[in-house]
Amino acid sequence: MRVTHRDVVCSFCGTLCDDIEVDVEDGRIAEVRHACRIGTTKFLSASRHEHRLLKPMVRENGRLKEVSLEEAVERAAEILAGAQRPLLYGWSSTSCEAQSVGIELAEVLGGVIDNTSTVCHGPSTIAVHEAGFISCTLGEVKNRADLVIYWGANPMHAHPRHLSRYSIYPRGYFRERGHQDRTLVVVDVRRTDTARLAQKFVRVQPGRDYELISALRAVVNGRKLPMDEVAGVSREDIEELAEMMKSCSFGVLFFGMGLTQSPGRHRNIDNAICLVRDLNTYTKFVIMPMRGHYNVVGFSEVLSWQAGFPFAVDFSKGYAWYNPGETTANDVLQRGECDAMLVVASDPVSNFPKPSVENMLKMPIVAIDVHPTPTTMVADVVIPAAIAGIEVEGTAYRMDVVPLRLRKVVEPPEGVLSDVEVLQRILERVKEIKG
Amino acid sequence: MKLVLKNGYVYDPANGVNGEKMDIFIENGKIVEEVSGAKEIDCSGMLVMPGGVEIHSHIAGGKVNTARLMRPEDHLRNVAPRTSVTRSVCGYSTPSTFLTGYAYSKMGYTTAFTAALPPLMARHTHEELHDIPMLDKGALTVMGNNWLIMHYLSEGRIEHACAYAAWLLRATKGYAIKAVNPGGSEAWGWGRDVRSLDDRVPHFDITPREIIRGLMEINERLSLPHSVHLHPNNLGRVGNFTTTLETLELTRDVKPSRERQVLQLTHAQFHSYGGDSWRNFSSEAESIAKAVNSSDRLVLDMGQVVFGDTTTMTADGPMEYYLSSLTGLKWANKDIELETAPGVTPFVYSEKSPVSGVQWAIGLELALLVESPEKVMLTTDHPNGAPFFTYPKIVAWLMSAKSREEVLERLHRAAQKNTVLGSIDREYGWSEICWVTRTAQARSLGLESKGHLGVGADADVAVYRIDPESTDPARDYEAVERAFSATALTVKGGEVVVRDGEVVKVVSGRTLYVDAGVGEELEREVLKDVDYYFKRFYTVNLANYPVQEVYLTSPEAVKVDSGVR
Ligand code: SF4
Ligand SMILES: [Zn+2]
Repeated sequence: MRVTHRDVVCSFCGTLCDDIEVDVEDGRIAEVRHACRIGTTKFLSASRHEHRLLKPMVRENGRLKEVSLEEAVERAAEILAGAQRPLLYGWSSTSCEAQSVGIELAEVLGGVIDNTSTVCHGPSTIAVHEAGFISCTLGEVKNRADLVIYWGANPMHAHPRHLSRYSIYPRGYFRERGHQDRTLVVVDVRRTDTARLAQKFVRVQPGRDYELISALRAVVNGRKLPMDEVAGVSREDIEELAEMMKSCSFGVLFFGMGLTQSPGRHRNIDNAICLVRDLNTYTKFVIMPMRGHYNVVGFSEVLSWQAGFPFAVDFSKGYAWYNPGETTANDVLQRGECDAMLVVASDPVSNFPKPSVENMLKMPIVAIDVHPTPTTMVADVVIPAAIAGIEVEGTAYRMDVVPLRLRKVVEPPEGVLSDVEVLQRILERVKEIKG
Repeated sequence: MKLVLKNGYVYDPANGVNGEKMDIFIENGKIVEEVSGAKEIDCSGMLVMPGGVEIHSHIAGGKVNTARLMRPEDHLRNVAPRTSVTRSVCGYSTPSTFLTGYAYSKMGYTTAFTAALPPLMARHTHEELHDIPMLDKGALTVMGNNWLIMHYLSEGRIEHACAYAAWLLRATKGYAIKAVNPGGSEAWGWGRDVRSLDDRVPHFDITPREIIRGLMEINERLSLPHSVHLHPNNLGRVGNFTTTLETLELTRDVKPSRERQVLQLTHAQFHSYGGDSWRNFSSEAESIAKAVNSSDRLVLDMGQVVFGDTTTMTADGPMEYYLSSLTGLKWANKDIELETAPGVTPFVYSEKSPVSGVQWAIGLELALLVESPEKVMLTTDHPNGAPFFTYPKIVAWLMSAKSREEVLERLHRAAQKNTVLGSIDREYGWSEICWVTRTAQARSLGLESKGHLGVGADADVAVYRIDPESTDPARDYEAVERAFSATALTVKGGEVVVRDGEVVKVVSGRTLYVDAGVGEELEREVLKDVDYYFKRFYTVNLANYPVQEVYLTSPEAVKVDSGVR
């Protein structure tokens, strides 16, 4: 029998498309409609159990051995409760409900909790502390924007439906003709696939975004540039872009990791926010980060309302302490302070810099995930989890902080619980051990 | 669970009880006539009141969290570690959800309504409310710049507007209709604002006057428990009192459907400004109070300012931009498709500033010049005028002319010159304090089992360690402030949750929302329009918009059969 689930939310990228249709046949996902290629792959791979983690495992004499869930939870709780300074890392590809339990676990353990922002949009958040944040929901872009700029972002690859759902192609209330009513500008170090669609492409020299933003600010604020080019961009181009920005009726600047992870980092974003603030003296302008993991935003939100800070929180004082550069995952790891790690829905062994990974390998690791990864392969306890948004419900926040309810379309593999339940069991046990 | 609170001085003005020594009997979470074999707690020499009710405080949701995210410096000012009962907490003007619950409870509050819930973000607001312990909760759904509302009203389709508003309350699990700078936040979508009741909203064939009048009509046709809750146009602008008076005039032709006001003028302080430049900025509290005194259709909450560093946040995007351009401080803006435009910026109210001084005086003038305490509610529009934990200070100011004078003397002379506060010698008594901190709120919200201690009321009680017989609040205002800062006992739903100012038990309260029924045929028609709006203009599917009950702690639908067909 075939059952069609409609209005399903794709729990892959921060675009968080919620119009997916999923056909389920005999308990397996048979067909996926409306999702992009990467989203479709995620849905379809859920039902390929040969690629999944299915049994809890504990390392014994150097080898991972299948055990009962109770044993795995017990071992995980012992490792974490016995640590002086555990690091709880990951969190961006799971639900807010799991994040919430993780935060309490970190508090009870007096540990450090951090998510993948630390290696992607952390700098954007730090810039918000300095300069504020001038933004909107994506529907404002859809209905109003006549100038769309992507800076250091290539949505054609990373967020394939971003242009068609929100920014360029949709017909909006005030933009009835869709892309014909809008201008697309791309600023990047190379001509990406997104840039090929743009009416204007501005090639900035690598690592010199800050200068280009400063030049734009100068021109926007009525000054004449004393030099012929800045960051590889001619004065004419800068003046033209500044004029486009000032004269549009609703402009949006989407930025990606090209801006957050190039030299200047949070200062780039700070400067970009200031540029947008300047532009608001002349017209309507907003800015938005292109968040990657589907619920990276949710983690910052939950941590902010529960503990006051968006990432990198250290509970060793009993309350939340936040100091990026000190309490961020890689800094804690590289200073060699951690003596145990809990990794949830993430693969730092593949993604972290070598000095961090070297230290990780020296400590016991508890990993909760859906699929095997290099991190689960080196872990001492591995607990499989159901997939939020496919096998269990939950909450996720889109890149513009719009919260959506993730749906369940199929049952998880037999015996596999949600990470929420697994974390709750670990938390209960840790509380008992800690007394 | 049974409990007797013995021998306290009870203030329950809604039931005509004003300081009588009596016992309060509690069983199964309710106030009852009598219980036997119950645990007794001696409250002799103490002040007993119904649990406090907060009607307008920004405690949960998108802009509150944006403020937290933007202001890490705010959190490090106030921290406490986890205990065996409570979670770790932090935050000053933007406290964490846990701290919000604990801090209100310590002050004797048992219910709180968050001031503005943007529909598309409703799930976020409820996620945060879920994490606010100790309190019964509710949220006010913003509709003053809603496209569908504006369209229906401009086309004169009032029944459709009613049915849509009812649907929106249900979908967002909201409790009442809130409007913020009607028309202005939509104009902000183009970086503009509206500055008078008769400005046209760009691209929408409607004016703020028509929106406000329309929302009141919707509210009364639906016969909702609360009235329209209005943040008028021109908040914070010099000379805005004329706009406010014109707005209050609009209530004249609205017939109340229940025994309550038809409009709550919220954070009235911010709307009572005279003068024509910041140089001659002055109080017009007298004019506003006069309008409220002469009408039985109006109530207000103060929006009191207390000096210090705080964070401003409203769904009034253009106002926050304007304010941040005055101060040069960081600014967050978050326009929400088809609905509203919240903004956030930090602010410091300084005793040395002539403007802040006048603002401080205006809030108190309003509370003291409106004759009936039944029409006044103590708020700071948390955290816009000040964080909510400054309430005990405000209670003391209301009860003591001397304490006000002391402040007035320290302020910039404009506060004396451009206000009449110094000449007001009215001092509130305990009953009046009871009205303005709980009873008036419960009345205004239509919460029949709150704000009083009659039989059948919720067993939400605050016991303050102060003897009303032997205390002269006019002189001992510091003792008043101390007592109201930390209860001897807070009882929530019949359980002792705070003892001697410490949380001893964490409970999660109920979440109240309004479910107003309208005719099926009408509802179907309106849902067709809603569907069209979602297909064409929203970026989420209609099916993913309504908030599921799983997000609410002990959800409680207040059913209303409106008669709208
Ligand atoms: S764009 Fe992102 S959210 Fe949308 S279908 Fe593709 S992967 Fe999923
Ligand atoms: Zn408010």
